[in-house]
Amino acid sequence: MIEIKQITGRAIPVVGNDIDTDRIIPARFLRCVTFDGLGEHAFEDDRKQLTAQGKTHAFDEARFKGASVLIVNSNFGCGSSREHAPQAIAKWGIKAIVGVSYSEIFFGNCVAMGLPCLRVAVADGEAIQAAVSKDPSLQVSVDVDKLEVRAGSQVWKAQMGDGHRKQFLTGQWDATAELVAGVEQVKATAKKLPYLSAFA
Amino acid sequence: MSSRTLFDKVWDLHTVRTLPSGQSQVFIGLHMIHEVTSPQAFADLRLKGLKVPFPECSVATVDHIVPTENQARPYADGLAEEMMVAIDKNCRDYGIRLFQPGSGKQGVVHIIAPEQGLTQPGMTVACGDSHTSTHGAFGAIAFGIGTSQVRDVLATQTLSMSRLKVRKIQVDGALKSGVYAKDVILYILRKLSAKGGVGFAYEFAGSTFSAMSMEERMTVCNMAIEGGARCGYINPDQITFDYLKGREYAPKAANWDKAVAWWKSIASDADAVFDDVKTFKAEDIEPTVTWGISPDHGVGVGESIPAKESFAKDEWATIEEAYQYMDLKAGQPIAGVAIDVAFIGSCTNGRISDLREAARVIKLHGGKVNARVKAFIVPGSEAVKVVAEAEGLDKVFIAHGFEWRNAGCSMCLAMNPDKLQGRQVSASSSNRNFKGRQGSPSGRTLLMSPAMVAIAALEGKVSDVRTVLNKAAKA
Repeated sequence: MIEIKQITGRAIPVVGNDIDTDRIIPARFLRCVTFDGLGEHAFEDDRKQLTAQGKTHAFDEARFKGASVLIVNSNFGCGSSREHAPQAIAKWGIKAIVGVSYSEIFFGNCVAMGLPCLRVAVADGEAIQAAVSKDPSLQVSVDVDKLEVRAGSQVWKAQMGDGHRKQFLTGQWDATAELVAGVEQVKATAKKLPYLSAFA
Repeated sequence: MSSRTLFDKVWDLHTVRTLPSGQSQVFIGLHMIHEVTSPQAFADLRLKGLKVPFPECSVATVDHIVPTENQARPYADGLAEEMMVAIDKNCRDYGIRLFQPGSGKQGVVHIIAPEQGLTQPGMTVACGDSHTSTHGAFGAIAFGIGTSQVRDVLATQTLSMSRLKVRKIQVDGALKSGVYAKDVILYILRKLSAKGGVGFAYEFAGSTFSAMSMEERMTVCNMAIEGGARCGYINPDQITFDYLKGREYAPKAANWDKAVAWWKSIASDADAVFDDVKTFKAEDIEPTVTWGISPDHGVGVGESIPAKESFAKDEWATIEEAYQYMDLKAGQPIAGVAIDVAFIGSCTNGRISDLREAARVIKLHGGKVNARVKAFIVPGSEAVKVVAEAEGLDKVFIAHGFEWRNAGCSMCLAMNPDKLQGRQVSASSSNRNFKGRQGSPSGRTLLMSPAMVAIAALEGKVSDVRTVLNKAAKA
């Protein structure tokens, strides 16, 4: 079990509310039987479109290369349940996400992958994005234990549900072993379900 | 006296235990599998040497990558073919039922499970697909999961989850002519936003939903996820039971009455306590069309594209991005926006009642598909196709210039040959108008009901289906 307590590294901002998983990884890249190679295609269409407009997506900016903390805004990862989205982000090099809110399924996928997503206030999310845009060399610490995000002398309060926080801190984010351990109770629960017993 | 919601009852019944983390271990009664989100899960089972203890609780089909025109194997797309081979082998190796093309039972996963009677009230339902919320129409707690969670369900038939809050969405009254279940959910999304439901299960209650058929209820619950609610449900009633009776996997003979008695008992109690309640009136709902890049960007077909000032300030950047991407301006009427492609199908609106209504309004209109529009109709399942053809709907569509295809997800997400090209605008009966969703990175999607898509195809532009219905009513 790998305990995840704190991630420290340079950060990259991806600005915008409601960034859906089709934008994080377009569906054509889901034609695969492994998650290998998805990292290079993260945000591919958004990146290309900005390039065509003479602008640059953060994932294409040299100054953010090697970042391990992603800073986003609200309802990040909405839409499709594709785990390919957080897998693409993780394979690009991201080890923690800080944002205002996440879609439920995206968040659940991240937990199962060991990728902590902390929530911060709207203004704090924008402030962290501004700080790392101004100084991409800034070391940002995402502290799952203390529930705070730190950079230089600044500290922002963060949130995560108790159960999920405990999963990261104890290494039980990979729930499979624990779920398998409950097999006898699982069988007992199945027996009580009318549709698997009484009228199956 | 109990005062619990259906969600509370189903959740409690399926809770195996509290995990050391404080999360709940929840039993999954029906697990559906498709070719896109499952191969890595099976690979991980092999890697970890895990078995599948409840293979009878899973069912698989293929839908996302299946071509809707030429279905001959091997597929022209080698990657798609590889996924077909993988799901076949995975289901064989682990003893899981797989409904393949040609079996008569293949189709979009959220269409076939209800159609076969697999989805039943009081179940927990999970699938590696966000539109699993569809199955809530039966009074099931149904939600989408990712691939690691698909692995967990395969390996243990359970998930580690935290309990959701429950919001009742009460809608009362009769829908006006030309207003469909799709308009109801697009209206709710517009009012509660794409993120308003995060952390909630939505219970859809009130006379508007009670009057709906199961297929209409599925359309509503299907898009609960577009409002951020991981699941949406409607309490089971006689309409639910009538739909299920006689279906292949539904309880039979003496078991039927036992099942109905239990299904009735799991509905929310009359005095159930909700974490939140929102109330709307059916009479306020118009045929709705999305103009932007999120399913909550909807307007009535008689309205204009809203000014950014009508949204919260932190949404302004997204709204401006939507104007730019869609090449539409605030104040511009949505009616009259030209379309290039018309698509009727998907897990939202690819059922037989959707096709019947589309055929009805096409006949009332009487015209042909506009010369500059490519229009195609994709039945949600092989079974839907059989019924549609028996009723002659295919002939109506073809006679009016629509293409008639085979079952699959098609252009809802364009993981198959059905795709928008360049900046094309589609009128689509699907569920998502995200940037690039329909296969072209710059393609644009206008979501609407199947009847509205049909009329848009004939007129070549967004048009009010009520014009056609009213003219016919007067004639």
